[in-house]
Amino acid sequence: MPRRFSVCAAALLAAVAGMAAAAPPPERAAELRRLVRHDCGSCHGLRLRGGLGPALTPQALAGKPVELLVATVLEGRAGTPMPPWKPFLSEEEARWIVEGLRSGGFLER
Amino acid sequence: MAGSWSAERPRAAAPAAILLAAALAGCAAQPALRGTGDLGIVVERASGSLLVVDTTARRVLHRVTGLGDLSHASAVFSRDGRHAFVFGRDGGLSKVDLLTGRVVARRVQAGNSIGGAIGQRGELVAVSNYEPGGVRVFSAATLEPVADIPARGADGRASRVVGLVDAPGRRFVFSLFDAGEIWIAEMDPDPRRPRITRIRGVGRQPYDALITPDGRWYLAGLFGEDGVALVDLWHPERGARRILAGYGRGGRRLPVYKMPHLEGWAVAGNRAFLPAVGRHEVLVVDTVRWREVGRVAVRGQPVFVEARPDGRQVWVNFAFPDNDTVQVIDTETLRVVRTLRPGRGVLHMEFTPRGEAVWVSVRDEDRVVVYDTGTFEPLARLPARSPSGIFFTARAGRIGL
Repeated sequence: MPRRFSVCAAALLAAVAGMAAAAPPPERAAELRRLVRHDCGSCHGLRLRGGLGPALTPQALAGKPVELLVATVLEGRAGTPMPPWKPFLSEEEARWIVEGLRSGGFLER
Repeated sequence: MAGSWSAERPRAAAPAAILLAAALAGCAAQPALRGTGDLGIVVERASGSLLVVDTTARRVLHRVTGLGDLSHASAVFSRDGRHAFVFGRDGGLSKVDLLTGRVVARRVQAGNSIGGAIGQRGELVAVSNYEPGGVRVFSAATLEPVADIPARGADGRASRVVGLVDAPGRRFVFSLFDAGEIWIAEMDPDPRRPRITRIRGVGRQPYDALITPDGRWYLAGLFGEDGVALVDLWHPERGARRILAGYGRGGRRLPVYKMPHLEGWAVAGNRAFLPAVGRHEVLVVDTVRWREVGRVAVRGQPVFVEARPDGRQVWVNFAFPDNDTVQVIDTETLRVVRTLRPGRGVLHMEFTPRGEAVWVSVRDEDRVVVYDTGTFEPLARLPARSPSGIFFTARAGRIGL
């Protein structure tokens, strides 16, 4: 009974998660967090409230399509200093970062 | 001399006792008697703190906390070299006493700022802001506001301000990133009403600027196009001239993962060394005719290009993903003579005043490494939390720093 329940729960979770990006392994996640904080932060601010680049807080990103944000991270934005991060990030990782930004997961508590 | 000394001696006992008592009583408030010429600060970007360091003993004297968001923080010094003015990303302006290790004044003056400068007479501190765009000027003594200079371009829109420096003639010079303009604010005769000279159409997206050590030439690097805007501050009426405009023409531009900086003006003889943008090269420029005279291929996108004070070497650090490396260029042969790997996240380098050593901040290793610039051997490693900018008091006496 407990086993069946957990299988159901896992299936349900997967269904709910839908398009959501899988979390990277812990070591890579730590690396990505540092990348967001320091490397994204060098233009967007250590607290992601903006600088030379715009703010990346949940409020600032609300209403912006996820696909557009993922594409911006991967491909950069022509005509602005935003570079493509494709050489260093998989699409899955970019999606995980975008979701983290939108949910405020990268902001300091 | 010896005679007069011994003549004083019999009377020395009582005053000495009084002095000792006074010293003991004042211990809590009075810092030890010492100069500040060999002191400096190391910004700890993630924890909102900084270290006060002694570059002779190579040790940390104080940790100063409570300085806010110090990502991209920079600092200038009072003309007596005792106080550091620290400009934080969150608009915080803090005045730190290097001797006591205390914050003596602090003001959050804007929402988002990028750098600052101290005026020629040492009585004004100016801060350049992204949000709201513009420059604000404060009293160096109290940090009370003196003047507010909103930066609106020819189109009337507010612009982010970068590349703020002080210049002779009680002037501050800065660039408008969004508007593509360079402004000169004269603080004479009344600092509360600065007189502004606007130079329009200098080029797309000036991202940072520097002033030559003699205070005559202001150079703004352009991000939105190839080239550098040059203003002769002896003749601002002549406007800005474009130099290095043909640089990189036809070549493919590489992505830039961190904006290069121009504050470290690297001059050796009649040559200046500048980071290229979108190319893994250091540009060599003739400072008499302002023409490119060479390029040095380097490991990655240069961020800081800094000359040892004697001009014989230029040290370069790099943007992600090459930010674990530092390269040294010999300015005579224009060759990379040494590649060092201090560790991940090399963010800044600062030479001691006469250049026998360089301090390198290594963010991800949580330390500062001090190198001998002759042997390239590490002399010391000091623990620091996510260190970024390093600033020594020798800047106090230098135009534009």
